Amino acid sequence: MAYDYESRIRPGKLPHIWCPGCGHGIVMKGLIRAMDTLSLKKEETAIVSGIGCASRLPGYMDCCTLHTAHGRAAAFATGVKLARPEMNVILVGGDGDGTAIGGNHFIHACRRNIDMTYIIMNNYIYGMTGGQFSPATPTGHKASTTPYGNPDPAFDIVKLAIGAGATFVARGTAYHANQIDKLIAEAIQHKGFSVVEILDDCPTTYGRRNKYKSVVEMMNRLKDVAVPVKAAEKMSAEQLEGKILTGVLHKVERPEYCDEYAKVIERAGGNK
Amino acid sequence: MSEEKKLPRIEIIEKYCKGCYICVEFCPKKVLEMKGFVVSVKDLGACIKCMQCELRCPDFAIKVHAE
Amino acid sequence: MSKKVAFLQGNEAAAHGALYAGCKFFAGYPITPSTEVAEVMSAELPKVGGKFIQMEDEIGAMAALLGGALAGKKALTSTSGPGLSLKQELIGYGCIAEIPCVVFNVMRGGPSTGMPTGPSQSDVMCARWGTHGDHAAIALMPASVQECYDMVVRAFNLAETYRMPVFVMPDEIVAHMRERIEFREPGELEVIDRAAPSVPPSEYKPYDTTFGDVPPLAAFGSGYKFHVTGLNKLPDGFPTTKAEYVQAEEERQLRKVYAKVDDIVEFEEFQLDDAEICVVAYGSTSRSARYAVNEARAQGIKAGMFRIKTFWPFPDKQIKALADKVKGFIVPEMNLGMCSIEVERCAQGKAQILGINRVDGEPVNPEQILEKMKEVK
Repeated sequence: MAYDYESRIRPGKLPHIWCPGCGHGIVMKGLIRAMDTLSLKKEETAIVSGIGCASRLPGYMDCCTLHTAHGRAAAFATGVKLARPEMNVILVGGDGDGTAIGGNHFIHACRRNIDMTYIIMNNYIYGMTGGQFSPATPTGHKASTTPYGNPDPAFDIVKLAIGAGATFVARGTAYHANQIDKLIAEAIQHKGFSVVEILDDCPTTYGRRNKYKSVVEMMNRLKDVAVPVKAAEKMSAEQLEGKILTGVLHKVERPEYCDEYAKVIERAGGNK
Repeated sequence: MSEEKKLPRIEIIEKYCKGCYICVEFCPKKVLEMKGFVVSVKDLGACIKCMQCELRCPDFAIKVHAE
Repeated sequence: MSKKVAFLQGNEAAAHGALYAGCKFFAGYPITPSTEVAEVMSAELPKVGGKFIQMEDEIGAMAALLGGALAGKKALTSTSGPGLSLKQELIGYGCIAEIPCVVFNVMRGGPSTGMPTGPSQSDVMCARWGTHGDHAAIALMPASVQECYDMVVRAFNLAETYRMPVFVMPDEIVAHMRERIEFREPGELEVIDRAAPSVPPSEYKPYDTTFGDVPPLAAFGSGYKFHVTGLNKLPDGFPTTKAEYVQAEEERQLRKVYAKVDDIVEFEEFQLDDAEICVVAYGSTSRSARYAVNEARAQGIKAGMFRIKTFWPFPDKQIKALADKVKGFIVPEMNLGMCSIEVERCAQGKAQILGINRVDGEPVNPEQILEKMKEVK
């Protein structure tokens, strides 16, 4: 009955550092269930992250783990994957790490379609540094650096990933916990660059400043805002107003980067 | 005894729980309650082993064992 | 069997040196005047089953380099001033996480865009102090195309031996000029490969000091699983803020290099035995210095040259000894006095120090050095 999450957690690392009600722990549990579903071998799996709350995830996971520099996870992981294409490479990080300082590496990893899965835990804020706005913070919302309301428009991370060339793009939420592992497992199985955006919640630095009275209220907001892409097809524009599509939103096949480089080696006569 | 449905064992790892209320709120049968900043079982008999608490807990702090 | 000889550019020779050393991974980004290294590697690596990638910027290149190295590959990148500046944070990551790799940096006019096709030697301090925080640095200064080849081989050996990034820093002249070069025979130059850990995966700790100041580095994907971070860390690789660990680890990462200075430092002493004037030079400037010393000797001036081959660690011991012997040092360089600072630090006032500092995009010529000798009292 009780799920054995600890089998993939490094002994002695819990309790983790994430704040009460932060969704990152829920995402990590989803990742563990997905890795179990695919029975990924620990020694053959690398989890790579940048800097930020979400990027502390690899430290808890019992496999090859690489906690890099702010925004650089995708570039480090590209090196690991190209050097050892047989490894399962999973990227994790937050919205700021991934789409602000990490934006350039993010879009190029999508463009290359290198076979790895990038889980972006989008909580609309830079949590670790105390709640500054990020490229995902909705316009008008409050953050420690937008006390008068955020003037910035936000990225649609899913469209950004699709536009840059990612061949599998999905979105889930921390409320829909039982969907998280399904999306991640499908993303890992997909050959190419897969992006799974998980709408997350940050009660401590985002929730408090944006009139969410409790963790539960933030979770209910995720429940209300999400519309499965299948259901959305039968909904009118008004009904979809302010809603966010979830599920597998993009899935195409395109040559994978390491396969293409293997052909370069072939053409260069490197396999003799 | 045998007709009575077997009660599960709800394990709470108190030093992991951060009192976020997710499990208390999303348990469909109001089995749990918050005491101080730690969750505790209020009505074990009501538990239907739907596993929502374990699924949603961000802190690995609650497990439902079917006895 | 006669040696394979070629007429190569410094950059091309560097790529072939990397291949000789067993480099199987290159991550770079185009930048004048080092792009030829990438071009040769993009052609040669696939032939031996190696991997080449051109990343989206130099930061990405340095990140991919570190990723490739952690996956067990000998990894090379090549860049120049602006790229070296962009790579600094991750060079620091390579230092604290102790990841062996080689950064081939061709020095061009700086700062900023500067003079992309003009030579300079103004990155030497960047190699030592470019990134934030305390860390050791090893930087080799080739003065010929053959040395571009040989020093890249040595740089890989040093990187593996001391488990850190190592710089090879030719100025643009050495990198772009063509010269005769001999390809080394297998076994002719020492090649040090990464030692696999002696403990099984279950007991492996990436920074276990029971193995001395340079713990063995396992590879991702080789059956070992471990954690790597840029944070100050414990022997098992996990972050710590415990003062005693942080202090001990920082000191170890310096000690591992500076306790072995005599094994690392390399230099050439040219006609110094009875010299009263010592020209301290490195890179292409040392070729002018050699010519000037020969001219001086012909004119009866007791001059000699100390050629720096490893700028970092700096040859303190040798310069200190020379300071007791010679009347004056002449320090010609294509920057405004970076090597002079180090010579002054070592000489401690015991000898006159006269700099020749050109940043006009032209090399220091022998006449300037000869002229300067007259000022030595």
